[in-house]
Amino acid sequence: MTTAVETLAPARALPSARPGTIRRRTHPLWFLLPAYGLLLVFFFLPTVFNFVYAFTDWSGFKAEINPVGVENFTQLASDGTLFRSLRITVVYAVLVAIFQNVFGFGLAVLLERDTAVNRIARTFFLVPVLMSALAVGYIFQALLKSSGLLADTTWTIVVVALIHAWKWMGLSMLIYLAGLKSIPLDVTEAAHIDGASRWRTFWRIRVPLLAPAITFNVATALLGSMNGFDIVQATTGGGPARTTEILNIFIYRTFGQGLFAQATTMSLVLFLLVALMAFPVIYVLRKREEVL
Amino acid sequence: MSRRLQPVFALLLVAVVIGVPLWLVIATAGKSQGEAVDPDLTPPSEWHLLDNLRQVWTDADIPAALLGSLLIVAPTVAIVLLLGSMAAWVLARRGSRLTAVLYALGISGIILPPAVVTVVLLLRQLGLAGTAVGMIGVYVGIYLSTVIFFVTGFVRTIPESLEEAARIDGAGPFAVFRRVVLPLLRPVLATATILICLYVWNDVFYAFFVIGGRIDTLPLNLFQVASAGLYLNNWHLIFAYVILMSLPLIGVFAVAQRRIISGITSGAVK
Repeated sequence: MTTAVETLAPARALPSARPGTIRRRTHPLWFLLPAYGLLLVFFFLPTVFNFVYAFTDWSGFKAEINPVGVENFTQLASDGTLFRSLRITVVYAVLVAIFQNVFGFGLAVLLERDTAVNRIARTFFLVPVLMSALAVGYIFQALLKSSGLLADTTWTIVVVALIHAWKWMGLSMLIYLAGLKSIPLDVTEAAHIDGASRWRTFWRIRVPLLAPAITFNVATALLGSMNGFDIVQATTGGGPARTTEILNIFIYRTFGQGLFAQATTMSLVLFLLVALMAFPVIYVLRKREEVL
Repeated sequence: MSRRLQPVFALLLVAVVIGVPLWLVIATAGKSQGEAVDPDLTPPSEWHLLDNLRQVWTDADIPAALLGSLLIVAPTVAIVLLLGSMAAWVLARRGSRLTAVLYALGISGIILPPAVVTVVLLLRQLGLAGTAVGMIGVYVGIYLSTVIFFVTGFVRTIPESLEEAARIDGAGPFAVFRRVVLPLLRPVLATATILICLYVWNDVFYAFFVIGGRIDTLPLNLFQVASAGLYLNNWHLIFAYVILMSLPLIGVFAVAQRRIISGITSGAVK
């Protein structure tokens, strides 16, 4: 029965304890150590390295690494690669965000009622989500090879964005469905009693109430596709004439050529691009946390 | 849309939007090499599906790639869930400025792209380049933020009185976490497991940099098969590989379909 006495000890300490000391005992900070140690080594440290090695001549052709200032940036900017890749990445991300949400929203509205047919249909639209993105790319390459759609220097980027949206629209659909289900019935009924048409109720009541779902979907589609690679690589490999070469394709290609510093520089550019666009997103996610 | 037309339209949409690409895979995987040179939607004149699957199974060494995938996915998921939940539990329960900053740092990885080039350099310095351990470390670093985000939100919905009851009975923090908190986290951990399995199982980009050419995984192997196959016009073998590679996921999906759907939706929008 010694244990009983021991367990009472912290309990006795409660009244005199300063705020925070209890938490120290019940939820110790060392619980954070393993996770944050791994985050530090495998996530934050490489990111810090990005800021260092983008300013060196690190390559696969020689052993030593020397600082070269902003030479990598000026070189990539002067031959047009930097801004072309940036433009293609942003265009791709915006197109994916639009298509994926239009498709996902359309599917959610179409399959909203819980009928047997709708349940089966929803399941089928989730199949692409589970498939390997690489496989999706090869399927559409085979499907569109003879149509010439993948050989147009202007429109191929749109086709690839459509394929990306096709793969992920099932996920957006699920999130919109969850949003639609969370709208209280009495709100829409009140609109109906007030004489609003179904059309008007939909656009004026339900769509505004879906705001959190829209925010989440647009943000994840936009920022996620900036980090895209597999679908573009498997469908076009960055072609025709490098018009679909998003940042990660460039990084992969230059890394393979042993031009590590150039790849690092572009990796840093991608990081900065996403970070700049992410601030509003993180703000929204934090807000959501407060609601929970 | 009227109530009678809606189901017809829904099924038509499934048939065209999902059915056509899937049919292309099955039809092409069933063709002989000569028929599959220009892939189209015609059915094969003679089904060679099993022969093609058998050929890919041995030529592309699928068993080795499957083993490589499992060797990396299973530890990644286990480590990410355990360490992520431990951190998330403390972050959710302690409301200091320090933990708020740590939480913001912890979830930043959801959005910020990993530094995929310099991580290779780091792994070389650690002596982990091209090893499964290095790959697992990289994936853990990438997906910890997802777990921390989901689990922290979930812990806040659990009343603390349950933990207090255990503490009064004499449980230390580790016992409280293991016996009270972890069992309660089951639904959110199921969601996180599904998402992370999906991402890691299908990832090829990070794998290229870290273990490309050293360890085979299913997607890396598909890339090799396809790169050679496109050159040789072996579409029938590419799609036979796609079918074999998708089978495990289809199996998981068939078993846990409902859980996947409710899991993904409950996590995203409240």
